[in-house]
Amino acid sequence: MIEVRSLVKCFGARRVLDGLSLRVEPGQPVVLIGANGAGKTTLMRILATLMRPTSGSIWVGGLNVCSAGRQVRRIVGFLSHQPLLYEDLTAEENLRLYARLYGLADERGRVGALLERAGLAAWRAERVRVFSRGMQQRLALARLFLHRPHVLLLDEPHSGLDAPGLELLEGLLREAAGAGDTILMATHDDVRARAVGWRVQRLAGGRCMPAADVAVDGACGQGAHGG
Amino acid sequence: MRVSFLRAVWAVARKDLATEVRTGEMLGGVWVFSLLGAFVLGLALDLRGDAAREAAAGVLWATVMLAGTLGLNRSLAREQAGGCLDGLRLAPVDRSTILFGKAVGAFLVMGLAEVLLAPFISVLFGADLLRWPLLLVGGLGTLGYALVGTMLATVALRARAREVLLPVLLLPIAVPLLIACVRATQVLAAGGALAAAGRWLRLLVVYDLVMLAVAMLTFDAAVEE
Repeated sequence: MIEVRSLVKCFGARRVLDGLSLRVEPGQPVVLIGANGAGKTTLMRILATLMRPTSGSIWVGGLNVCSAGRQVRRIVGFLSHQPLLYEDLTAEENLRLYARLYGLADERGRVGALLERAGLAAWRAERVRVFSRGMQQRLALARLFLHRPHVLLLDEPHSGLDAPGLELLEGLLREAAGAGDTILMATHDDVRARAVGWRVQRLAGGRCMPAADVAVDGACGQGAHGG
Repeated sequence: MRVSFLRAVWAVARKDLATEVRTGEMLGGVWVFSLLGAFVLGLALDLRGDAAREAAAGVLWATVMLAGTLGLNRSLAREQAGGCLDGLRLAPVDRSTILFGKAVGAFLVMGLAEVLLAPFISVLFGADLLRWPLLLVGGLGTLGYALVGTMLATVALRARAREVLLPVLLLPIAVPLLIACVRATQVLAAGGALAAAGRWLRLLVVYDLVMLAVAMLTFDAAVEE
């Protein structure tokens, strides 16, 4: 579960998040929509322990992100705008590096299975430098699921994905939601946010707004969707 | 499964070494810059005899340290590309493992550059820089420099002018290290025993330990946003 209460994040004099509160239950994914600069990425980075909040309390999987960062990182998977991959390492070397850092017991087997799932088994020995954007995103997805996280934080996960990548993403997220994982996805794309059929929250003015305020194609949104 | 500190450090260092073996960017940059630096200084100073032998240690360490800033900048720039530093920061390990892993990688690359440079400076300045005891000075000096350099390169990473900022931050802090390395190298290259360079070696050990403690205490804050 993710629980955020009265979260404030300031960059100098600018309050990007201004008393934001949010709750995401396991197995009931939430899509967070908002314009560019609304603070979606800031929220995601705070939840992933990459950034410290100015104030507020944030719990992920029952752990306080400020005082139990290492334990939080063990259960969190974060998909960022950037692929977080080393261009001069091969696809397999990238995943094995992260597998070592996460202390996976069956490093080779897990990496092989995920490369297969991502459709990159034939490219395992190729440097990431030669991958297309779509292939890099698929490899980033494999990295995301490598340590079997129970809390998924997805920041604009559809950007740069090709058709097989979108299919892979949807399949993996369906499985994760079905398994009762906690999923929070941020996107600026209202239409895509609606299309996944999850509960929608809108981030504006540094706070989460009720989903009913979400406008899609110029019309008022329909409120929360079940997960 | 819990990852041991050393295992995580080695994972990061191994990644840097694999990248270096493939690209040769850091070693190539450090070695070529050091070589050219030593050559230019050799021509400019135009020293002979004892004066040249005395200057050899200074030339070796000054060129290695200046060139080292290039290598350290390059090493950290790799982490910034594609958000890789975030990838490391997301791992459930102590964040100081990133510092130590990268410092180990920098230590090995700079150490190799020194080994390749020493014969060239020995010939150019007529000094004997190929004596075994010098490995101890090289090891302690390079270790301290790699540690403090990696720490400051991480601090400078988000700055717009990081290529300029790193030497500005690093070189003043490295002055005690430079002096101890040069003096110990001069003593040992002249045929002195390890005991004769004792106080300089002790200074190197103390410097390394102090920097180790400072790095461990401050690195989390250095990578924090």
